[in-house]
Amino acid sequence: MTDDHDHDDHHDHGSELSEMQLRVRALETVLTEKGYVDPAALDAIVEACETKIGPRNGAVVVARAWTDPAFKQALLADATKAVATMGHLNRVGDHLIAVENTPKRHNMIVCTLCSCYPWEVLGLPPVWYKSAPYRSRAVKDPRGVLADFGVTLPKDTEIRVWDSTAETRFIVLPMRPAGTEGWSENRLAELVTRDSMIGTGLPKNPSGAA
Amino acid sequence: MDSVHDMGGMDGFGKVEAEKDEPVFHAPWEGRVLAMQRAMGFAGAWHIDHARFAQERLPPLTYLGVSYYRRWELAMEKNLTERGFASAAELEAGHAQGPGKALPRKLTTDLVPGLSRSTFYRQQQGPQRFKPGDRVRTKNIHPATHTRLPRYARGKLGTVESCHGCHMYPDSVAIDRGDDPQWLYTVVFEGPELWGPDSDPTLKISIEAFEPYLEPA
Repeated sequence: MTDDHDHDDHHDHGSELSEMQLRVRALETVLTEKGYVDPAALDAIVEACETKIGPRNGAVVVARAWTDPAFKQALLADATKAVATMGHLNRVGDHLIAVENTPKRHNMIVCTLCSCYPWEVLGLPPVWYKSAPYRSRAVKDPRGVLADFGVTLPKDTEIRVWDSTAETRFIVLPMRPAGTEGWSENRLAELVTRDSMIGTGLPKNPSGAA
Repeated sequence: MDSVHDMGGMDGFGKVEAEKDEPVFHAPWEGRVLAMQRAMGFAGAWHIDHARFAQERLPPLTYLGVSYYRRWELAMEKNLTERGFASAAELEAGHAQGPGKALPRKLTTDLVPGLSRSTFYRQQQGPQRFKPGDRVRTKNIHPATHTRLPRYARGKLGTVESCHGCHMYPDSVAIDRGDDPQWLYTVVFEGPELWGPDSDPTLKISIEAFEPYLEPA
């Protein structure tokens, strides 16, 4: 242990935070000394999580699907391949599936068993997605969950919940908001929220975001 | 295993609370834990289902009581010690007390930009048993080890919607019995089949089901 560690400990004694900082630093030291990990590579992963991956990537995919019918068709047929043709994204693994919202059907994504989530297009999941309230209720009371997010859907809309119990990953293709005729892809992408691609939200209202 | 991680359909956890302007990590150590987990996975130390199974084996009160990345960290300690990558004494001391085990690869900085999820496709071992439209019943199984068939969807009548090819089988991988590739399907259930007559009639739920979880109905 270095002086630095002791310093942290004295200033934040007993909290999970300081205990965890010490414990994780010790863990990293062991793994580094054993030759398993390279701390510089760990820095690069953290940086990529904080700056490169995020819901903006998915928003661009959705906006393209809204403006290009051939791309939309390809996306729904094989999202892995379709997203790869966009070029700007890292390869997304082999198992990405896009599911389309329609006036008759609303899709919602969950992982009841752990926290499976389409990192490559949405970034790391928010805490609520990984939390017991969401994981327990999404499959049984999705309209109640939607209400927690301030979303109410027509009573006769089918609600389809996708439990991510294998390595397939899902992204919701929300409906394009009315009043956006002629909008560019970039402008449309601004309307696409993270939650609209999980299915707990809807795209932003164009009159508010224009 | 029938532990608290399998929480689909449980009551009492309360409202879903979204955090405004949530940061990617709430403390620097969370990012380090995620990065170490990814680096060890890349190196071939263990599979993602070993990480999941280690979390599932945490005491229920621990699983529910600690933060998300603390759970990851506890699971990583379990895999490190149980699989002989480090000793409890080393983790306690914060220093290696001997050389590491050989691993197939090591993640270096130049490889990080190209890092993506590995493929889970595997060579098929037998013919595909079900096709879209087939009625199936999930098995009523309760293995004491890792499975991806959630409790709420066991012994239930559903319909095969699609097949995703042959994938490595988590139930086998997690207990070191190899990939044992299995066909993977999306199986859809009507709300009332899972939750009874009071269920929202507009609700449909699907799981991703490996072929051994299913029998013809």
